[in-house]
Amino acid sequence: MRAVLAALGLSSMLAVTLAAAESGVLRIGNGQEPETLDPHRAESVSALAILRDLYEGLTSVAPDGRIVPGAAVGWRVLHGGRVYFFDLRPQARWSNGEPVTAQDFVAGLRRSVDPATGGSFGGMLSPIVNATEIAAGRLPPERLGVQAVGPLRLRIELTAPSPQLLGLLAHPSAFPVHAPSVRQWGDAFARPGRLVGNGAYLLQTWIVQSQITLARNVHYWNDVATHISQVRYLPTEDVGSELKRYRAGEIDITYQIPLVQAPWIRRQLGDELRLATYLGVYYYGFNVTRPPFKDNRALRQALAMAVDRELIVNKVMNGVAQPALGWVPPGTSGHRGRALAWMHWPRERQLAEARRLYAEAGYSEARPLEIELRYNTHEDHKRIAVVIAAMWKQHLGVRTRLFNEETKVYLHNRRQRQVTQVFRATWIGDYDDVSTFTDILQSSHGQNDTGWADAEYDALIAGAAAAVDPLQRQQMLAAAEARLLSEWPVIPIYWYVSKHLVKPRVQGWQDNLLDYHYSKDLRLLP
Amino acid sequence: MPLAIRRLLQALPTLWVLVTLTFFMMRAAPGGPFDRERALLPQVEAALQAQYRLDRPLWQQYVGYLGDLLRGDLGPSLHYEGYRVTELIAQALPVSLALGGGALLLALVLGLGTGTFAARHRDGLLDRVLMGLASIGLSLPNYVVAPLLILLFAITLGWLPAGGWQAGRYADMLLPMVALALPQAAYLARLTRSSLVETLRAPYIRAARAKGLPERAILLRHALKPALLPVLSYLGPAAAGLLTGSVVVEQVFNLPGLGRYFVQAALNRDYTLVLGVVLLYGALIVLCNFLVDLLYGRLDPRARPA
Amino acid sequence: MKLRIFSLPRRRTARVAAIGLIAVLLLVVAGPWLSPYAADHIDFEGQWSAPPTLQSQHWFGTDGLGRDLYVRTLEGGRLSLLVGLVSTVVSLLIGLAWGAIAGYVGGRVDSLMMRVVDVLYALPFLFFVILLMVLFGRELWLVFVAIGAVNWLDMARIVRGQTLSLRRQPYVDAALTAGLDTPAILRRHIVPNLLGVVVVCAVLTLPQVILIESFLSFLGLGVQEPATSWGALVNEGAREMESTPGALLFPAVFLVFTLLCLNVLGEHLRSALLPDSEPRR
Repeated sequence: MRAVLAALGLSSMLAVTLAAAESGVLRIGNGQEPETLDPHRAESVSALAILRDLYEGLTSVAPDGRIVPGAAVGWRVLHGGRVYFFDLRPQARWSNGEPVTAQDFVAGLRRSVDPATGGSFGGMLSPIVNATEIAAGRLPPERLGVQAVGPLRLRIELTAPSPQLLGLLAHPSAFPVHAPSVRQWGDAFARPGRLVGNGAYLLQTWIVQSQITLARNVHYWNDVATHISQVRYLPTEDVGSELKRYRAGEIDITYQIPLVQAPWIRRQLGDELRLATYLGVYYYGFNVTRPPFKDNRALRQALAMAVDRELIVNKVMNGVAQPALGWVPPGTSGHRGRALAWMHWPRERQLAEARRLYAEAGYSEARPLEIELRYNTHEDHKRIAVVIAAMWKQHLGVRTRLFNEETKVYLHNRRQRQVTQVFRATWIGDYDDVSTFTDILQSSHGQNDTGWADAEYDALIAGAAAAVDPLQRQQMLAAAEARLLSEWPVIPIYWYVSKHLVKPRVQGWQDNLLDYHYSKDLRLLP
Repeated sequence: MPLAIRRLLQALPTLWVLVTLTFFMMRAAPGGPFDRERALLPQVEAALQAQYRLDRPLWQQYVGYLGDLLRGDLGPSLHYEGYRVTELIAQALPVSLALGGGALLLALVLGLGTGTFAARHRDGLLDRVLMGLASIGLSLPNYVVAPLLILLFAITLGWLPAGGWQAGRYADMLLPMVALALPQAAYLARLTRSSLVETLRAPYIRAARAKGLPERAILLRHALKPALLPVLSYLGPAAAGLLTGSVVVEQVFNLPGLGRYFVQAALNRDYTLVLGVVLLYGALIVLCNFLVDLLYGRLDPRARPA
Repeated sequence: MKLRIFSLPRRRTARVAAIGLIAVLLLVVAGPWLSPYAADHIDFEGQWSAPPTLQSQHWFGTDGLGRDLYVRTLEGGRLSLLVGLVSTVVSLLIGLAWGAIAGYVGGRVDSLMMRVVDVLYALPFLFFVILLMVLFGRELWLVFVAIGAVNWLDMARIVRGQTLSLRRQPYVDAALTAGLDTPAILRRHIVPNLLGVVVVCAVLTLPQVILIESFLSFLGLGVQEPATSWGALVNEGAREMESTPGALLFPAVFLVFTLLCLNVLGEHLRSALLPDSEPRR
């Protein structure tokens, strides 16, 4: 017995010494394992977060969410917002000490839109002249409307004034690339010892499914302002395990929190919980290319009205979300949309109207609607699906079969639009502007899995993209949102809230809409 | 050792069946490695398909894969861009081997010790209590045990890490090993006890007892070795059980081992990584069974092939 | 042989285990009717994650979605036991047929068939089950088939061994000289005499199968909501063990108790019916 106690005592001493050795290291829970650290191929939120530490775009995002100069010291806007000139910082350096030049940004942007690169965000840079043509393979990448006019000056030409451009340029897909290392290593350049970045940190080690460590980049132009010398990103797919590790003091910032534990976390760890509005909408989509939802607006609206968003947010999400009273999240730049009148009706009146529409669509207790609802395997999606199916059943009499599908199967079915009838989906904005939300429901957009093709909506989106007057652009986008909310190809359910636990020893953390938190802006108390 | 060579040659068809089944099962699955939440542009997807040879007819891909395999190349990972499957496995294998090996050792020590002790005191109170505990241990799934261990040792007491893995930090391994070893230890304890009790009824033991040898010596010197044969033949299945159990344990403890790779790779449709891991598992199981057979032949002359 | 099955279990622990098992079975089959709630009914106004009380008639409390835990635990038990029974029967049928044919026909057929078993033994089978479930949806019948397909190998080996020894019995020779054909001999003489082995194997396979199903459910690969099983419930409960301990406790106790009873009963049956067989897994 004494031996056992001694062993346990020893291990507890071991744990203490381990914790002490970690004092200068920031440990961040980072969700899934990043698929790559190639800025132009990466897609996941987890990979993009690390890339913002490793690279720096022309613009950057301050801790409070404002767009600030990054690798560029400033810019000028000409021709009514169609041409931008960026001046690079003369003291900006790559992590190997070489100067960062305008040509590096030209190379990066070309690589990003080139379909041969295999990136996910090629379509996002579409405001730049010829970007859409290049991404479709119709023009070579060299024709992109981006030129180096001198070693430190960059000219970007747009097809129309696009207020979202400055936000776009802070996104990893617009990061520069160190061409020599890509030439030397090919697609395998994004590895420790090979990756050359221009951010505040450099890639030190990468053990897949275990950890990615970053160390301070001494060549960074503003290295004196960097406080934390080492950052460790830990994959935490299992949100329950992440919380346990946070409580055991092994993680300083969590990727998220388990929803079912939210009340408990509020009680026990309330001071460390950071909730903030986030650029994301959780919605249910209808496949409008097939019955029963094809040409059946009344039925779609009946189902939308029968969903009690307040209840979902309060009881299922435990308050860690906002009821979606529209499509575009509140606070998004340039947002002028307003919630629909019925959203503020008493619940009974909403349900009465939903029942009327349900009957109008030709369904009744004797002839109930039978539908299939598909969601990808995840505890939170399951909880919401169960509750919404119960709402439809208990309020309208709809018989819903739930299909929990593995993610790839679910995506496949969703895109094929053969078996899928109702599907769950999420859209997280790529930058802070209304268009990142309204674009995806255009009939031609790859993300529009509802199959909804509405000429009026498409015309409004195209008109907004070409609009010269910013106010006119905002009004057209607001009209598009209103059109969407009268046709119901989708049911918006809730708007996201970013949810992190942050240890008190982490200083300088500020909540912001994009949920960007650069390690260089944080400090650690000893 | 011609026997060893023959056995290993016999393993080849097994591995071939394994690779073939896995290859075509993965391909029959809906969705592909490049189906992501954010839809790729068609040109981009075509470029990626071409880069990984996925645009060719299936049989060509299959033959190509087998050809690469014979040269010892497991191909590039389709999900972790820029990584080879061999590199990924080389990172994960030490973790899984340490975890599995440690758990096997722990299970053996605990199981054999408890089983022998119970057999020595058979039908006594301690025997019943221990065997009752073993029965409960057998019925406790390790995904129930693991969170409870974390809650107790990592969060409430704060003695051990709740998860994660850093090379050289032995404390990381302790809880996962225990969680993984417990059901196997419980089974081994019951197996050892019943096998020993059986052996103790054998005539030669009775003869030894008649000679007046002390019970302890009889147990350890005469009964234990023959009684270990069923235990030994269980080691193959036990190793397989540990490997599959590691899927859950690695998930709960956030360990970068092969089990977690496998599940993630299957979900990501990382065809090459799935094949690589399955192949490795198959090879490990074949190897374990082979070693057990060799040992069995050593211990039991009857099992030796003519 | 048949009589001995019914005179069992004689020993006290085995009797307790048998009674416990019957109690679980009765509760699982009849219990849900006693409650006023349906397994998928959500009480939108009521308390979610409620503790058990008598007057709310939520005897085990409610889960994190306001559903009655008593009904869900018992209906989950129905499904776990059903999966267990059907999969066991599937694996027994395959194993029995395979083992009996191999053992009876013998010779080259036998060695070929056993070679197939050897090859399959070396496959990490649970991984195939995971693959199957991941790739081809969550259909219930697929769970049965997948688990059944994994578990028949042990059965085939044991049945073959028994058949080999039965073949040498004088009455089989007698039947052969009497001119019975192979299927008839298998049906009339071999298979009935394998009954003891089959019963033991069934009782020992059952808890394993239930464990596999719960393991799959734990990985999120099990049954579709709102249907549930003990494994799925334990998985959900483990996520909310701080806020709703009952959601973990009740299904886990049922699961572990049932497995325990089956294991104890199986061991006793084995030592009584097949005293010379080695413990096996």
